[in-house]
Amino acid sequence: MGREFKILGTTPPRPDGIEKITGKALFGADLNVTGMLHGAVLRSPHAHARIVSLDVSAAAALPGVKAVITADDFAEVENAANRDTLHNCMAHGRVLYDGHALAAVAAVSKSVARAALNLIRVEYETLPHVTDVDAAMQPGAPVIHQGKKHKLAGDDVSDNVVGYYSFGHGDIEAGFAQADTVLERSFKTAAAHQGYIEPNACLADFKGDKADLWVSTQGHYLVRDICADILGMESSQLRVTAAEIGGGFGGKTTVFLEPVALALSRKAGKPVKMVMSREEVFRATGPTMSSSMDVKIGMTADGRITAAHARLRYQGGAFPYAMVMMGAMSAFAAYDLDHVQAEGWDVMTNRPKMISYRAPGAPMAIYAVEAVLDELCQKLDLDPLEVRLLNAADEGTKSSYGPTFKAIGLKACLKAAQAHPHYSAPLGPNQGRGVSAGFWFNFGGQVSVSMAITPDGTVNLTEGNPDIGGSRASVSMMAAEELGIPFEQVNTVIGDTGAIGFSDTTDGSRVTFTVGIATIKAAKAVKAECCKRVAKIWEIDADAVEWIDGAVHPTGHNAGDFPPMSLAEIAAMAGRTGGPIAGHFEGAPDKAGVSFGVHIVDTQVDPETGFTKILRYTAFQDAGKAIHPDYVEGQMQGGAVQGIGWALNEEYIYGEDGVLQNAGFLDYRIPVASDLPMIDTVIIEVPNPGHPFGVRGVGETAIVPPLAAISNAVARAAGVRLYALPMSPPRILAAMDHG
Amino acid sequence: MRYHVANSLSEAVEMLAAEAGTAKVLAGGTDLLVQMKSGALVPDLLVDIKALEGMRDIVPEGGGYRIGAAVSGAQMGEHAGLRALWPGVVEAAGLIGSTQVQGRATIVGNLCNGSPAADSVPALIAAGAIARVVGPDGTREMRVADIPAGPGRTTLEKADIVDSVFLPARPARAGDAYLRFIPRTEMDIAVASAAVNLTLDAEGAVESALVVLGAVAPTAIMAYDAGTALVGSRLEPSALEQCAAACSAACNPIDDKRGTAAFRRQVVGVMAKRAARIAFERAGESL
Repeated sequence: MGREFKILGTTPPRPDGIEKITGKALFGADLNVTGMLHGAVLRSPHAHARIVSLDVSAAAALPGVKAVITADDFAEVENAANRDTLHNCMAHGRVLYDGHALAAVAAVSKSVARAALNLIRVEYETLPHVTDVDAAMQPGAPVIHQGKKHKLAGDDVSDNVVGYYSFGHGDIEAGFAQADTVLERSFKTAAAHQGYIEPNACLADFKGDKADLWVSTQGHYLVRDICADILGMESSQLRVTAAEIGGGFGGKTTVFLEPVALALSRKAGKPVKMVMSREEVFRATGPTMSSSMDVKIGMTADGRITAAHARLRYQGGAFPYAMVMMGAMSAFAAYDLDHVQAEGWDVMTNRPKMISYRAPGAPMAIYAVEAVLDELCQKLDLDPLEVRLLNAADEGTKSSYGPTFKAIGLKACLKAAQAHPHYSAPLGPNQGRGVSAGFWFNFGGQVSVSMAITPDGTVNLTEGNPDIGGSRASVSMMAAEELGIPFEQVNTVIGDTGAIGFSDTTDGSRVTFTVGIATIKAAKAVKAECCKRVAKIWEIDADAVEWIDGAVHPTGHNAGDFPPMSLAEIAAMAGRTGGPIAGHFEGAPDKAGVSFGVHIVDTQVDPETGFTKILRYTAFQDAGKAIHPDYVEGQMQGGAVQGIGWALNEEYIYGEDGVLQNAGFLDYRIPVASDLPMIDTVIIEVPNPGHPFGVRGVGETAIVPPLAAISNAVARAAGVRLYALPMSPPRILAAMDHG
Repeated sequence: MRYHVANSLSEAVEMLAAEAGTAKVLAGGTDLLVQMKSGALVPDLLVDIKALEGMRDIVPEGGGYRIGAAVSGAQMGEHAGLRALWPGVVEAAGLIGSTQVQGRATIVGNLCNGSPAADSVPALIAAGAIARVVGPDGTREMRVADIPAGPGRTTLEKADIVDSVFLPARPARAGDAYLRFIPRTEMDIAVASAAVNLTLDAEGAVESALVVLGAVAPTAIMAYDAGTALVGSRLEPSALEQCAAACSAACNPIDDKRGTAAFRRQVVGVMAKRAARIAFERAGESL
């Protein structure tokens, strides 16, 4: 783009940093109000059961208990998606998974609430259950909900198949016929949790027919609209404030406790606080999907892909969902292919309903594709980066999911990876190097921004997206850049749902892109208004002034006639020139730019124990324009680390009884700091033509490449390839013993 | 629930004996408080002994050391004399929990919690450690090896309090070591573990060897044949392989969420071989 920036690309401290490191920031569980009750939830110990009887009378009679609710306390909800959400928050007639809520109490203390739960009498009739995706697709499998089967699912699968999608172009059979080698492999990946450190928490407070809700969420407008519908309220009767958030990664883009807390508060007439334990987080919030996949790729001897076909079967828990579509769309997005097809099936099981997890649906699909590509490179003795470069999508490529790409950074990432010293560094015994490409779409969506200039010239920017990765910093920087003022002169706050218009949720790597565009447009409005005011003061034409570096200057034949007026000077006089100065923007920018990344990882596998050590890791990613490079690096590193956990140890483990066996961080193993090397990062900047500063989203792409990169590295280090994740030590050792 | 800070051991024993409901002794509390918080355990009486005299002391005794019931892992790690005499025990105790938990976690609590995967227990058994038990009938000594009885169970009687563990003196040419396998690098629980305690003769060959395995049976177990396989050797590969094979034969592991029985059987021998090498070097010999 060649544009010079003053603020963008620098790394000022984040405005919310001091509050967070000094413990003053208020997270979901930090708000306490007078007269507040504590809520607790009774959860199913069974994977699938009919609720024969549910007697809460003894619990309700316990001194200190102020409300007990069950499904009977909620009216029927018309909207199908919201009805499913309600039934996920509170079981209706049947419990559908281990951990499914079926009653809740509000009491004067946590211990009284817990004691009350023990007094609730439930009679269950256990029903057949299924937790594995392949088993759930089999005709004759226990069906979670009748009548939800997708019309294109086919006759050979059970009624648990609630989605079928197919993307691609060309003639794959003709393409496979052109190949020198065709390789088909089947893969499985486990369900992984987002692993946010802050458990889900909220505080609901009914006042007459209106209510306030304080909540740890990625989207308080979404929470408002779902909860209002479930509680039978107008959206305007519910004001939702987003607390500071201790991680979400997609997991906090729906509701679990919130409608329950509101219903308890309405019944008790008092504020009700609810905080999940870690065990509840694992048993009853949404992990991402587990998967079973087949990928077939044909290649010429010199590495050109002739055809590619993927069949993706995702397990998404006990309610209909539609996320395999993202997997089918993204599977082959990195490559310029003449003949390609990706199909996907969404399947219900007796597990908690899935919810988004960073690039939802893409990591597993791309893992399978990149693993088959790597095995082909091994068989044909080709360089893995050369082969990817040979087949890489570029500007003008018709993508495997339909659209034709504008400027994209995949080739730039691949070339940077090739040239990086990591790629040519020597390896020792039992060590192996793996690479993978990754992709995510990114998203625009609805946005509202209000920019008010205070009398001292400070810019008060109100936006509607919870700050989950440093967005207050990046949004303030974009405002400062556009206005030509110092970063410190901008104060960005996240408004509650009553303060500003609707904004979509903080997801889809959309905030820096979308709120950025809205901020730039609001700033342009402020500049125009300032020019008008100053022209009036100087008594010259409005087009005879211009905005330069935070001040209005006379221009044309008036140039030099007046000393420039700064924003602070203009603001100080606003009361006498027409009132407060502000700009705002509401809209739905839609030109988000896709983002590609490439990761290189070196692993060492202990041949006696199957333990994998990550020796070295380098992530390359196209940010479009890195507004605040430290936070871009943070996203790249965080995504890589979550991918490392998914690849090596993280998994939901269900017993034969359908009960989750590892509902805690001891046995659900996310990586700890000592498991990891420094994650090196290389930011590539190929500007997104759809954003004034070139911004793409950066939050999600980085979790996509690690799964295959580590799998490919382990295959080369251990001399044996695994086709399932996680590659935990018992699995690697067993594969080495049999390989 | 009643919480009582004991004024003396005899008072603590009396209170525990008199309690009709569930009574628990609190020293470090790193297992107990977690169980209470999760709702798995709701005691009627908690007797806190950590403030009693001697409970937080490491005292030289007969060429060895007596370690009080409330001595933390961090305290052991900072004690140069103990570290020099029984480095394997100290490193095992140092693996319990995080840095923060190390400030509270105790080896007596680790023993009394009854976990088959307790890190310090195999090392204590290999060291020949003796527990001093104060009970309603007075004070007695028990081998640490005789205390674990199964997952969550010990041979201790109601109202028994382990007030200390004694680690004996040892010959000059001796060394011990403890290794565990975990899927991560810290903050985890042993999937299979081995403690090795070696004494060498004047020529540098193994004179006696004790190998104790953790997390591969209902309790920590002594693998006698694994120790015997090392006696007379200088840890030549053949001796180590015999030792590993004897470990695999001695153990009785289960399949669970943390690993398969087959994996544990194989890896426990690897841990024993590697621990033996470290113990051998600590005894002053190089491989």
